[in-house]
Amino acid sequence: MALINSSILRKIVMALSGLFLISFLALHLTINLFTLISADLFNEASHFMATNWIIQLMQYVLAIGFVLHIAMGIQLTLQNKKARPSAYAMNKAAANSGWSSRNMIVTGLLVLFFLIVHLKNYFWVLKFGDMPYSSDYELVVKLFENPLYTLLYVFAFVLLGFHLDHGFQSAFQSVGINHSKYTPAIKWLGRAFAVVVTLGFSLISLFFYFSSLSN
Amino acid sequence: MDLTLKIWRQKNTSSAGKMVDYKVTGISGDMSFLEMIDVLNNDLVEKGEDPVAFDHDCREGICGMCSMYINGEAHGPDRGVTTCQLHMRKFKNGDTIYIEPFRAKAFPVIKDLVVDRGAFDRIMAAGGFVSVNTSGNTMDANALPIPKDDADEAFDAATCIGCGACVATCKNASAMLFVSAKVSQLALLPQGKVEAERRVLSMVEQMDKEGFGNCTNTGACEVECPKGISLTNIARMNREYLKASLTYSEK
Ligand code: HEM
Ligand code: SF4
Ligand code: FES
Repeated sequence: MALINSSILRKIVMALSGLFLISFLALHLTINLFTLISADLFNEASHFMATNWIIQLMQYVLAIGFVLHIAMGIQLTLQNKKARPSAYAMNKAAANSGWSSRNMIVTGLLVLFFLIVHLKNYFWVLKFGDMPYSSDYELVVKLFENPLYTLLYVFAFVLLGFHLDHGFQSAFQSVGINHSKYTPAIKWLGRAFAVVVTLGFSLISLFFYFSSLSN
Repeated sequence: MDLTLKIWRQKNTSSAGKMVDYKVTGISGDMSFLEMIDVLNNDLVEKGEDPVAFDHDCREGICGMCSMYINGEAHGPDRGVTTCQLHMRKFKNGDTIYIEPFRAKAFPVIKDLVVDRGAFDRIMAAGGFVSVNTSGNTMDANALPIPKDDADEAFDAATCIGCGACVATCKNASAMLFVSAKVSQLALLPQGKVEAERRVLSMVEQMDKEGFGNCTNTGACEVECPKGISLTNIARMNREYLKASLTYSEK
């Protein structure tokens, strides 16, 4: 399944698809945060996303972006495993590299698992299922009454945070952007983005879970 | 000091190897790591056993031969040094030290700690040169002015000694740091710019053919490189490669 034979082109595709997924995350988080402001605002935004033709078109681009990113990520990891057939008896990986950089496939695959659950929870219900609630907002409220879903979502956001902390700056290096002045800023921005994404999404899940308790 | 060594012993490329325990005594902190192995090998020879095979040549950090993975790190725990420059004072009396060959599919073990790094030579042969005839008509060095910054960067990249520590350390056994240093040292200078596009394409193609892994920017190579080769070289190679893939037409 050699989609791309050149190691560097493969990384460039991963980086560009990764950056595209990052822009999607930023938009997704912004819309979700509307839930904390008002139900109407969120329903309106959600309705806009579901009907606007540009967004509808971008859905397909997004799906392609995910497929490319995931397929290349898996292929790259398999090749990398083959490149070192026998392991070291003693290896101090932590002496020279960060945890998130060494576990991209682990955080990536767990995020993928979450993504499937998440699509089933929302996308599937809204697009193909019989929507049991009167509004998108209510669908959100109902889901987070379940502590298991809340826990799974928060766990996934933490993993996504680690994926982004390495991924964000790594994508710039992959496309050849490394500069003594800007690279430290890119690393800082990536970490800040990872923290905002993790905290932002988690906050929403936890907010609805705890609100359901007090009702 | 007295030490316990766990050393990888492997008869040849096709045989299976294993870790074997040895004891060495009376090691001075002023010895280099290779001198410590010399002491062990003297003992082994006197006992009529097969000494531990390891690569070395200059013993002063310039040839890049002394490949050893020591206690989980390429060239051991010190920074900016090769194994021959590693002093025994970095260890304590009673320590146990793991000594393994550089492990990568592209670096098959020849015997014990000796690996075949011919893959690097083949990558160099694929494009790591400048095609000018220098015999008898060498140009005066000052006839071609080069900005100091470019010269410095090219020189920094050129200090790569081809030791393979970057590959050994990388969790993906990727050779990107080595190849990017070689691409950069030439691409930064006017003599090398002429062939820059063809060079980066063929060197990367050869790198992939040799079975090295894909870079995932963990940065481990930069930390363990004895010559401090920087990741900026990898970014430069990625740029050069992207540009060349889009614009280079001759085959
Ligand atoms: C919203 C979801 C995701 C985002 C925003 C994202 C973002 C990124 C970014 C920016 C990179 C760095 C690319 C580079 O260095 O060139 C990356 C790398 C990677 N991603 Fe993702 N990713 C996501 C989901 C996934 C999923 C579902 C997988 C599952 C297989 C995955 C697996 C990987 C792997 C294996 C790497 C390679 C590690 C590396 O090269 O540094 N990612 N990701
Ligand atoms: S880049 Fe550094 S670690 Fe890699 S071969 Fe060159 S000198 Fe050795
Ligand atoms: S023996 Fe030459 S670098 Fe160590």
